[in-house]
Amino acid sequence: MLLNIKDLHVSIHGKEILKGFNLSVNYGEVHAIMGPNGTGKSTLAAAITGREGYEITSGEIIYKGKNIIDLAPDVRANEGIFLSFQYPVEIPGVSITNFMRTALNAKREFMGEAPIPAGEFLKRMEEKKKLVDIQSKLTNRSVNEGFSGGEKKKNEIFQMAMLEPTFAVLDETDSGLDIDALKVVANGVNALRSEDNAFVVITHYQRLLDYIVPDFVHVMYDGRIVKSGGKGLALELEEKGYDWIKDYDVNR
Amino acid sequence: MSLSNNMNYPLELSLTKSYEENRGNIYTSPHPSISLARKNGIEDFKKIGLPTTKLEKWRTTNLSDLYKKEFTIGDNKPVFNKEINEIFHCNVHGFNTNVFALLNGWYYSPEEEQIQELDNGIIVGSINAAQKKYPELIDKYFNSLAKTDGNGLNAANAALFTDGFFIHVPDNVVSEKAIQLIKMVNRENNTMINTRNLIVLGKNSKLSFLHCDDSINQQPGFLTTNTEIFLHENASLDLYKLQNLNNNTTLVNSSCVQQKSGSDLKINVLTFNGGVIRNEFIVDLIGENANADISGMYLMDDNQHVDNQIKVIHSAPNCTSSELFKGVLDDNASGVFNGYIYVARDAQKTLAFQRNANILMKSTASIDTMPFLEIYADDVKCSHGATVGQLDNDALFYLMQRGISESNAKLLLMYAFVTEVTNKITIQPLQDSIDDMVKKRLRGDLSICEKCVLHCSTPDIPVEFEIDMSKI
Ligand SMILES: Nc1ncnc2c1ncn2[C@@H]1O[C@H](COP(=O)(O)OP(=O)(O)OP(=O)(O)O)[C@@H](O)[C@H]1O
Ligand SMILES: [Mg+2]
Repeated sequence: MLLNIKDLHVSIHGKEILKGFNLSVNYGEVHAIMGPNGTGKSTLAAAITGREGYEITSGEIIYKGKNIIDLAPDVRANEGIFLSFQYPVEIPGVSITNFMRTALNAKREFMGEAPIPAGEFLKRMEEKKKLVDIQSKLTNRSVNEGFSGGEKKKNEIFQMAMLEPTFAVLDETDSGLDIDALKVVANGVNALRSEDNAFVVITHYQRLLDYIVPDFVHVMYDGRIVKSGGKGLALELEEKGYDWIKDYDVNR
Repeated sequence: MSLSNNMNYPLELSLTKSYEENRGNIYTSPHPSISLARKNGIEDFKKIGLPTTKLEKWRTTNLSDLYKKEFTIGDNKPVFNKEINEIFHCNVHGFNTNVFALLNGWYYSPEEEQIQELDNGIIVGSINAAQKKYPELIDKYFNSLAKTDGNGLNAANAALFTDGFFIHVPDNVVSEKAIQLIKMVNRENNTMINTRNLIVLGKNSKLSFLHCDDSINQQPGFLTTNTEIFLHENASLDLYKLQNLNNNTTLVNSSCVQQKSGSDLKINVLTFNGGVIRNEFIVDLIGENANADISGMYLMDDNQHVDNQIKVIHSAPNCTSSELFKGVLDDNASGVFNGYIYVARDAQKTLAFQRNANILMKSTASIDTMPFLEIYADDVKCSHGATVGQLDNDALFYLMQRGISESNAKLLLMYAFVTEVTNKITIQPLQDSIDDMVKKRLRGDLSICEKCVLHCSTPDIPVEFEIDMSKI
């Protein structure tokens, strides 16, 4: 098993947001998490990636057999955890090229490898840019600065492709994408899918799941998963909304 | 006020003493304008003494500890025994400059080259030599902008400067090569060095001038520099000031600029290191359609203090000015930004912008930022803004989520913060080497004393500057 989240309780400013969250993800799997606004989906992503201010009051996040809750965010990232942010941050003055080279070399240093040679790096950039159909002029610009909503999301997938994580959480990567961009992003993810990695895809729309076909669909409500199923569950949600599911509790 | 009331500090006494003892030699100037400036300077100084925090403009920069120290003032002229390029080797790739030097307050060159005319007619050299060889230029310009202005250090500088740098660019001369002035201090004791510069750009002329203030050891020093700059019609000056002094050095700089119509001024003040650094710029736009673009960056830590006093006077209509100062302050460092825009009644259609942004890395660091507008014309666009903040935590997390360590992520964000200023450097090789210096400074790798501070090199951009101490 790649990731095993056990009875996770997370509070923000003393307010409990995740209330006994459980999830196991095996290598090679894609899990979709759906659920109404404010349910705690992004909070889950923050807890997995180690964001400050998200206090884990109890429970465990076992990743590659180790509890990672005390690891710093950069260590988790270098262990292969990646988050495609719901709201990617603009960083004026840092070019994407410089950013990616720094990130890639940080990972290589962590693995005890030498920095990536310039030629190899540029080749990789070109290759991955093609994968997500990102324009060259974009990578010369500052990270996300002045990017359109869709460009920001594509840039997240581009970074994922560059860093080749073992476990990636895609937090509403489909929001704000036009239909062509959605296909490009989905194709990018599908191209990276393998038996050696796994994905958790957070989305509000079943449409994405037509392109990134999940192995499991989970419905989250009020800080925990209330129902799990196959791809069909997403269709059912699309049809009926969340009302019918609010009273479910998988634990019961 | 009586004299004794104002001469309380040891430094005040030693300054007046130095003047009295040396007025017959190093403080003697054959040119009447300079003689008069010296005489008036010492009289003013005796009246007002050294600036203290009682003065509004010095409220947040306190030099009183320095005034209590003993200084050697008014060094003798060093003997020229080595070529500059033997002492100082500058090799920023693709950046070709004419290099000149001031050593311990004196123009450093062979006797016959104290002032010279370059192929394109530009006159460069010692201000002392200029008063003999070009008295008419000194007559016309010297001391017509610089004022005591209630500041005793201006008065002391006028009376006690030893030498300084002189540039005259004739009308219509566009200098392809930048002029670089290296100001070096190489003394083994507490030294006060006062220098005085004069820069004149004729009509339609163009010059890039790189002014480097460097320490080459850790000895304490107190440096004052007063500079007068004249830009005639349509002249264009790019002025870069690089400040990289040791933590025991105090530098007090004051520059007065006068701009005639259509002239264009770009100033970039890059403060990398120094105990106390104060930069004052007073820019007067007296002709229409002139533009002044003044920017600066400061990276301070430890107990360092930086103080930028920028005053732009819009005397004529249709001029534009902008000020952008950005800085990062760490540890117990403190900073002052005082930006003052004055728009005279006749200066209609003025566009004036000002922004000061700061990042405080620790709660012990501080910045005092005071924008000030005084506007008497009605058809103007002016804006000012000041920000003081910490590093953006969202950005920090974003970088760390990609595997970048906290310290590197902070470094990257600090670097990114100041690139808005360094991007204004229009000479690409210079911009590259400055970027490189910024990174080194932020990483704590920028050397100050063993070698010249500009000794930077990365595999991507080889930059070499070197001072051979044994040859000075
Ligand atoms: N920094 C914060 N401070 C206070 N409350 C927060 C903070 N971050 C999130 N919350 C609260 O936690 C709850 C869960 O938020 P979260 O962002 O995880 O929801 P979500 O399921 O991702 O919603 P959406 O579908 O809208 O993205 C919400 O009620 C939100 O207001
Ligand atoms: Mg969310």
